[in-house]
This record gives sequence, structure tokens and C-alpha cells, in this order.
Amino acid sequence: MNRWLLLLLAVLFLLSLAVGPAWWPWRLGTDVGWAIVWELRLPRATLGLLIGGVLGLSGAVLQGWLRNPLTEPGVIGVSACAGFAAVCAFYSGLAATFALALPLAGITGAAIAVALLMGAVRSGTGTVSLLLMGVAINAIAAALISLVLALSPNPFAYQEISLWLAGSIVDRDLHYLAMAAPFMVLGAAIVLGAGRWLDALSLGEDTARSLGADTRSLGLRLTLGVGLMVGAATSVAGVIGFVGLIAPHLIRARVGFRPGATLVPSMLVGATLVLGADIVVRLLPTASELQLGVFTSLVGAPFLVRAVRKAHAAWLAT
Amino acid sequence: MTASAIAVRGLVSCREHAVVLDGLDLAFEAGQVAAIVGPNGAGKTTLLRHLAGLDMPAAGEVELHGKLLASLDPALRARSIAYLPQAASAYWPLRARDIVALGRLPHGADLSRPLGSRDTEAIQRALERVDGVGLADRPIDTMSQGERARMMMARALSTEAPILLADEPVASLDPAYALETMKILRDEAARGACVIVVLHDLGLAARFADRIVVLADHKVAADGPPDMALAADVIDAAYGVTFRHVSVDGVPQPVAWERQE
Repeated sequence: MNRWLLLLLAVLFLLSLAVGPAWWPWRLGTDVGWAIVWELRLPRATLGLLIGGVLGLSGAVLQGWLRNPLTEPGVIGVSACAGFAAVCAFYSGLAATFALALPLAGITGAAIAVALLMGAVRSGTGTVSLLLMGVAINAIAAALISLVLALSPNPFAYQEISLWLAGSIVDRDLHYLAMAAPFMVLGAAIVLGAGRWLDALSLGEDTARSLGADTRSLGLRLTLGVGLMVGAATSVAGVIGFVGLIAPHLIRARVGFRPGATLVPSMLVGATLVLGADIVVRLLPTASELQLGVFTSLVGAPFLVRAVRKAHAAWLAT
Repeated sequence: MTASAIAVRGLVSCREHAVVLDGLDLAFEAGQVAAIVGPNGAGKTTLLRHLAGLDMPAAGEVELHGKLLASLDPALRARSIAYLPQAASAYWPLRARDIVALGRLPHGADLSRPLGSRDTEAIQRALERVDGVGLADRPIDTMSQGERARMMMARALSTEAPILLADEPVASLDPAYALETMKILRDEAARGACVIVVLHDLGLAARFADRIVVLADHKVAADGPPDMALAADVIDAAYGVTFRHVSVDGVPQPVAWERQE
């Protein structure tokens, strides 16, 4: 399965270089054509690949750790917190004076949200309560963002930020790629090795500990990893929701439901989804290009509804 | 004298400022089945959790082969002590074989890589011991409660730890499964394991345990062979119940008869 996904990814990556207002830009055969490829399309495609990958992976990690198939960075408010922190960095002027302030703020915001949710699960929160907590975190983050914008002296701030928060990777040049990619790669490296302890957690926290899992340091490690991935992704692309929900769902049954086995395939499926969605929004006949995050929500929200209905009664009963 | 397999010395356990266990001294030996019985809230599960290293004592200590359990490397502890919690279940509909394979994590197994021959052999042995080879490739959510309980037992067995802790492994099982589970625990003891099992059924405890520890009021009310530990003056007071002290084939089978006023 992974081999097919890689092949599909390669095709989509090439398509992502080719599709846009100027089709097959390299056929222009000029400096302009190649400039489009190198400076616009390549960073955009690479960001799509990386952001999709880390969102899919984060979804799989959160679902395994929280033992909850409906968890995902966007739904439970992790992306929103990263967005709020990034907005703060942006409008406080910090981002202008210090280039890495944006991703670092996003990472901090995301990590705080993950830590909050993990604390809740430790004290025995059920599936539904966890989602409701996510609703609350999302609402608080959205309200705080509005507050910051209202306080901003820039009259265009609101429109600017709403567009950015809706999630997009249009016009993100190499500078953005260089800013976010190292954090995303580092975060992925941190969580990818945790698969066997996520497997152990399918038997519950006590049994996992009796099998040698150090759940406290595992929690710190996953908080850091997801924080790095989602925070960096959100700080350059805004909130791209539901990818982390859909990706693990599409592959879970195929890998026998084992959390550790969902990690790499979820990453590949997430990358496929975002690359694909980013090509689709360029092709849609909308007046201005549809935001990527809007598109993934349009497709993903009904998916959540379906997942809730299909979820095993036992998951929802607690 | 060699150190006991596992022991607690002066164990005090508190939860939210209430004392759950009040100064327990117990030592458990290899090759024996020890049953822990007692009324609800006496601290049976808490004792087992301390033996598994899941809870930290407020005072006193837990010793594994004479060494402090708390200071032990988690991987070594996990290889030495297998723990089967009450109503064990899985959060995902995993294949039974994968669940049993999780018992090999303490030995360094990683289910995302091919398992070594020692791991696959241990998994196979565990499945055979619970008579579950035929179930191994089925997802756990398609199984009956009894079958699921057997797979969870196999998961605990596949670690092949010298100490096996089981918390009410026969709760809500049919008599046939309950008897089979007790036989599995006996077999483990015969292979040299130190088996400690929390039971509600005093009759099963009397038949299958070498030794019964009666907990009541957060203390040890009695500790000894079944006919001694289940004697009238012990359990009537411990449970607040008047038992009919029947004996079948020389084995005490107390029947709870009347609540004491």
C-alpha cells in the first residue's frame, strides 16, 4: 500500500508543479516559466506535501494516544490555538523583528492545546467530552483571535487574517518553506518512533505501563512532536482541518487497526489529500481561488458526521 | 534463605487522603497460586496495583526478588511482572494475535517490524495455553466475552514473566470459562511462576489456591491455606456475613447465607 501511495504522491507532486493560471510553465521555455516553477510552484507543492504529511501523522498520533477515532488537530482545537499564537506574533510585531517568531509561536500554541487535552484524558475523559472540550478550545481561540484583531491598529487586519486562517498555501515562497520545514521534519521524527507504545496503549494506560511504557515521558514526547508539526504547519498555512481525521480513517482497517501501523500510511495519505486538494482548488471555477482549508472542511466535515455515526457504540458510551 | 519472588513490607496506600491499605506485610513465593479475597473496598485491586508497580506507596515498599521495585528499570520490571487488569479490553478491534504479541513489548518486540523467533514462539505457546490458536486471526470485537478474556490472558502469558498478577480474571465468565481460567493459572504456578490472583468467588479460591489472603478493613484479616483462611471466625467477620461452612471433597466451599445485622 505504501508503495502505491508514494507513486500517487509523485504524480500529484508533478501535477502540482504544472497546474495553475499558467499551465505547464516550463513549456514557456523562458526565464519567467522556470521562475514560476522554482519560486512559486515548487515551494507550494513541497509545503502541501509536508503539511499534509504532518497533519495526517498528527491525526494518527492523537487518535492513538487519546484512544479516540474522532480526534484531529483541527477538530479538537490544536490548530486554532496555533493560529491564535501566530496571530499574536504577527500583530505584536514580533514576527517582523524575528523571522522564526511565527513558527515558534504556532508551535507553542499547538503544544499548549495538546497538553490541555492530554491532561483531560489522564483524568478519564470520554470520547464525547473530549470533542466538546475541543469545541470549547476552538471557540476560545476564535474569540481571542477576534479580540487581537479588534485591538490591531491595522484596518485591514481582519480581512487579511480571516483569509489566512481559512488555510491556504498560495504564494508561499521558499522563505516560508525554509521557515517551517525543519520544525515539521523534526516533529515527525520525534513521533514516528513512538509506534510501539501507541500499540501498547490500545490496552489502556495501566496495561501499557505494566508493559514498560513510561506514559509520562511519552506524553511529553508526543506533545512536543505534535506541537512542532501542527504549530509549524499552521503558522505558514493557517488552519487546514479534517486531514488528520480522514487520513487515519482511510487506512486503519487495512492495517488491522494497530495504532503504530497507522502512522506512516496516515502521513502518506495526508500528503496525498492536501496535494490533491491544493490542485483541485486551482481548477475549481471560482471567481477567486477557494481557500484550501475551506475546501478540506467542505469535504471533511461530512466525513466526521459519518465517522461519528459509524463509531462503535462503546466508544461513545463512555 | 532466598528472597521471596515479590513482597510488600509495611505497605501503606492512600487515595485522596483516605487510607486504602494500612501497613501490609506479605511475601509471595514462586510455584504457588495465592488468592486475594475480601469484601468490596478492602483494597484487593490496590494491593495488586502496588505489586505491579502502577501505584506508589505512601509508606513501606514493594520488593521484587529482594530489590526495591520502584528503583527497577521499567523494562526489567515489565519482563518480571505480567499484569492482567480487571475487565481487560482493547480500544481498537485489533487482531487477537496482535494483542497477544503486545505481551512481548517488554522483550523489545516492535509489532511494526517482523517478530523474532523467540517472540513468535512465546506468542504461540501463550495461545496454546489458553486453547486460542484457532481464534488468533480474528479481530477481538467479533469474539464473545469469554473468548476475549482468554485472549487477554494469553497477552499476559506471552510475556512469560516469573510473576503473574491477575485481577478478577473470572468475573462475569461462565462456570466453564472460569474453571478453565483457574486451571491456566494453576498450570503457570506448576511451571514455576508466582501467581497472585484477586478473586470474588471463595469456592474457586479454596479449590485452586495454595494460599488465601483475606483483606478486610484495609488490613490482612487472615493469610494461610484455604481451610485456615476461610474458617468461620475469619470470613464471617471480614464480610459481615454469616456463611454456611460446607465442605466438598474436603475442600471448604463457604456459602454466603445471611447478612449480619
